[in-house]
Amino acid sequence: MKSGFDAIDEGPHLSESPTISLAGEISDPASHPSVAALLGRFGDAILHHRVSSGTQHVVWIDPSCNLEILRWLRDDPDQRYDMISDLTAVDYGAGRPINVVYQLFSTVYKRALRLRCELPLDGLEIDSIVELWSAANWLEREVYDLFGVTFRKHPDLRRILMPHDYEEGYPLRKDFPLRGRFSRAEQTRRALNQAVEHSYIAEEMELGRDPQQATPVNGTQEGDAGREVR
Amino acid sequence: MSSRTVEYTVGRNPEMGVDGSVARSPLLPFDIPEPSLDTENMLINIGPQHPATHGVLRLVCELDGETVKRVIPHIGYLHSSFEKLGEYRTWNQIVTLTDRIDYLAPLIYNCAYVMTVEKLMEIEVTERCKVVRVICMEMDRIFSHLLWLGTTAIDVGAVTPFLYAFQERERIYKLHEAFTGARITTSATRVGGMMADLPEGWTDGLQNFIDTFLNTLDEIDCLLTRNQIHIGRSQGVGAISAEDAINSGFTGPNLRASGVDYDVRKDQPYYDYETYDFEIPVGRHGDCYDRYLCRMEEMRQSISLLRQALDRLPDGPIDVEDPNISLPSKTDCMSDMESMIHHFKLITEGIPAPEGDCYMAIEGSKGELGMYIVAEEGGTKPVRWRIRPPSFVNLSVLPKLAEEHLVSDLIMINASLDIVLGEIDR
Repeated sequence: MKSGFDAIDEGPHLSESPTISLAGEISDPASHPSVAALLGRFGDAILHHRVSSGTQHVVWIDPSCNLEILRWLRDDPDQRYDMISDLTAVDYGAGRPINVVYQLFSTVYKRALRLRCELPLDGLEIDSIVELWSAANWLEREVYDLFGVTFRKHPDLRRILMPHDYEEGYPLRKDFPLRGRFSRAEQTRRALNQAVEHSYIAEEMELGRDPQQATPVNGTQEGDAGREVR
Repeated sequence: MSSRTVEYTVGRNPEMGVDGSVARSPLLPFDIPEPSLDTENMLINIGPQHPATHGVLRLVCELDGETVKRVIPHIGYLHSSFEKLGEYRTWNQIVTLTDRIDYLAPLIYNCAYVMTVEKLMEIEVTERCKVVRVICMEMDRIFSHLLWLGTTAIDVGAVTPFLYAFQERERIYKLHEAFTGARITTSATRVGGMMADLPEGWTDGLQNFIDTFLNTLDEIDCLLTRNQIHIGRSQGVGAISAEDAINSGFTGPNLRASGVDYDVRKDQPYYDYETYDFEIPVGRHGDCYDRYLCRMEEMRQSISLLRQALDRLPDGPIDVEDPNISLPSKTDCMSDMESMIHHFKLITEGIPAPEGDCYMAIEGSKGELGMYIVAEEGGTKPVRWRIRPPSFVNLSVLPKLAEEHLVSDLIMINASLDIVLGEIDR
């Protein structure tokens, strides 16, 4: 007999049909000047385009070209997307790829554009865009923390909302149960057994570091791959 | 757009050029020679339980004497996983989560969330509902700015503005309570309308607030704007240029203090904001003092917006008249079979959404508040509900702003960013 809590532990159930079908509708790219320009300049790297919720243009791009395309969108005099409103990710569950979403806005031309990159579950890596927008720093850390997407060349890729030594995995993945992977008793036991030093990270205990170089780039990524709970 | 921005006539510190060149410590009359002593940097932990961090925020600071060399913010103490919880709730159930994200301006969050859902489902709300939501949002902008004003003033040693501000907040609390039944956890909106129409006499209460609030604001203005201590603590402290502010993701009053006239209400208008007559205050220096001036002026503009909204408040229904979206009235439910079926379906199943994703930004009290919702075909729950938190992005600039400032300036900079930890940690 299933209790109400089982549903909470199993996670949300989604329909089996693919949520976003890449083969489906292709909207007229000419209705958004940036989409037409992107298609003309990058061609094959622009995988798909659609209009969502009436007026919002979404472009799927090749994840390996994200830095190049975003740099062009920021710097090109006809685009000038100088503000990154949001950077997040979407997990559809059932083994489907995780989408990294960039929401851009141009304060010059007052235009918005959304870019999405599909990352397969066995290759959750994408180039960091912190060198383009420093706003992406914490936003990418959040995606790394909650989805487990690794951002290459990120200056300080650490967990941000969850504790830095969190061992239960990536909470916003669909396969992560709402109440966590460990039982409540185990969670309490771990919390009570923590040493005081655990609330500090190694880098901040070293005095006299250059403030811009918060963490060595390769010092952060090694621990978490092994720590991930499957 | 000639009447877009407001110019200030407040005098600047004479030691600072009008071009925004920064004078450090304007209260020091002459240079004190540096003593040549061997010193070692020190690690100091501010928070997580400290009144000056304005919430459960922990700052690990490396200090050289009294100068901040490095700040590492630690957040996540209030993490409640709202986004994950939302994936288990139907569209209307999520409303109760939204006002717990930012408990300083709950109605703005209620409205932002349902607006995104309505945009996703392409629902057009009624004219009365639009104006009521504008009233709610502008009221809570003042509500939130008042808390910022009081706590920032108390951080630099001025206790009186705190008491004045909280007296005024109490009046908005009472308006909240009269409308929604709750002081903080308002949950006032529903997809396609509001939880209820405005109660009788409520607009008179709001009119009374509008008529008298500016007196209090003027009194606080007298206490702070030309106060030598306040000016000394805030002018030239934590300054950031316009390009850096855009690049590092600043939005809201923090961005406008740097001289960028970006306001979502003007640039991506919603709810007919383009038909209201209001101006956006824009600063020039991007320091704590300009952020203060911008927020003070924003409250006055909000009062003007409230006046205009009350004037144009139309009669008519507040919910959309679609039985698949709005709940029927309780009387219909008890007497009419069809209404009862609709009620049952709406409560047990929820509202089916079209497939797609939607990002909608509104001008929250702290900055650009975005909601991003991904839905599947016919889904009554979101596949992904994302809150674009303005305070989160604003706080990420703190380490850069506070570098090479004094510890006391760090407190002032942190206060001037107007963060709320419930929203940062979500």
